[in-house]
Amino acid sequence: MSVIEIPVGPQHPALHEPIMLRVRLDGEEVVGVDVVTGYNHRGVEKLSESRSWVRNIYLFSRICGICNTVHQQAYVQGVEKLMGVEPPPRANYIRTIMMELERIHSHMIICAIMAEVIGFDSLFMLMMRDREVVMGLKELIAGNRVHADIHIFGGVKRDIDDKIRDTVLRKLERVEERIKYYRRVFEEDFTIRKRLVDAGVIKYHEAIEYSLVGPTLRGSGVKSDVRADDPYAAYAEIPFNVITRDEGDSWARMLVRLDEALESVYMVRYALEHLPGGPAVPKNIKRAAPPGEVFSRAEAPRGELFYHIISKGGQNPYRVKVRTPSFNNIVNGVFAYRGARLADVPVILTSFDPCISCTERVLVVDESRGVKRYVRLKELSRNQGW
Amino acid sequence: MGEKLIRYSPWLIHFNTGACNGCDIEVLAALTPFFDPERMGVKLAPNPRHADIMVVTGAVTKKAASRLKRLYEQMPSPKYVIAVGACAISGGVFAGSYSTVSGADKVVPVDMYVPGCPPKPEAILDGIVKLLLKVGRGG
Repeated sequence: MSVIEIPVGPQHPALHEPIMLRVRLDGEEVVGVDVVTGYNHRGVEKLSESRSWVRNIYLFSRICGICNTVHQQAYVQGVEKLMGVEPPPRANYIRTIMMELERIHSHMIICAIMAEVIGFDSLFMLMMRDREVVMGLKELIAGNRVHADIHIFGGVKRDIDDKIRDTVLRKLERVEERIKYYRRVFEEDFTIRKRLVDAGVIKYHEAIEYSLVGPTLRGSGVKSDVRADDPYAAYAEIPFNVITRDEGDSWARMLVRLDEALESVYMVRYALEHLPGGPAVPKNIKRAAPPGEVFSRAEAPRGELFYHIISKGGQNPYRVKVRTPSFNNIVNGVFAYRGARLADVPVILTSFDPCISCTERVLVVDESRGVKRYVRLKELSRNQGW
Repeated sequence: MGEKLIRYSPWLIHFNTGACNGCDIEVLAALTPFFDPERMGVKLAPNPRHADIMVVTGAVTKKAASRLKRLYEQMPSPKYVIAVGACAISGGVFAGSYSTVSGADKVVPVDMYVPGCPPKPEAILDGIVKLLLKVGRGG
């Protein structure tokens, strides 16, 4: 058996993030995939040890630009537990609103990228256009399109007034209508079904065995969501459904995301309509934490996000360990490529919603060898250029 | 640099050198219909060999630095580099880490800096326009 090795990445226009897959082929069939990472390793955990508790809020949110609010939530709620600070209910609701808006735009962007990867460029452009509405809402509430930076120990930094609330509620109607439309496109479109159905099937027991998380896990029928299992912020008070599908293929994972985005629209609407009164912005911010150790977890758009914070007292954390969802999904999910055709590799990778900047705090060392041909992911997905 | 003109619509190549994604999704957003630079012919090049302007985002990790240099060398002259975001300018929040070189200008010559964390898509497009004006086109 002659096996050809094809490196995919690290620079390619489809995903905008550096990762390299070393794909081993027998003819058209994939016999193995090695993941080469490390292009994005920034040493966040080590940096955090030399920075104060408050400065670290902004450092941890910059682990990932797409899921920044949920990183802040996981860190801030952990440190609040250490400090013994309880955020007021209104602040919890505002945090939840920001996290759900973030989930909507995150799920929309990965569905758009999936459309681009399979060569459906007009759908990509339309989804990116409608995603701008959500970015506008984030900017309206937090003052920044991407990094919301709204969390602070004991509350949030900005309150929502009636004018903002009404604008958000009004614009959400359009978002809801568009997401319903895209869901229908993903469900019914012939081209999309041809490419996604039965690509990278992960069975129920495999998903559990390889500890996959998030929509990847729920796409295989496992009902697991930190928001429901271990509610934080205001999730205990806001009704929502945990979406699962049984197919376990790339198509099921994308539909889970679109359904979740729709669910998030309803959650933001409910939270805005039931926003509790009282203060949301704390007058004083605590800057030191007593010695102790906490675990904190939250449901990022990509799955369970886990923080382990150790304090020895004083201004800085002693150690913060972050476990991000993408690392599990990308590295443990390599078995899903086996037996697939080469052109399916980018589809399967995209269906995991790879967030490389989350993954890349862990360095995986790999030696390169043999003859290489460089192929861009996009070319590969459209079967051209190699 | 006035003699090195780009006489046609510039094509961009985007390289993430260890960004948090924030700048990357804004670069992506800047190239999609809401802002639509493609009506002027500005778009992402499929290959560094087709590109005129490299858009660098991220804090330039040590592992990505050699790739950044290689990508820059693969681009045909005249070529320009735009550093987008606080991290690509100086390392941003990641400055001082053991694994970043803190700033794209330590690896490749940078012609235009777009500050922000992340910069808005309007600012990124403005940076491209200013670069074109600086090199003597579009005035």
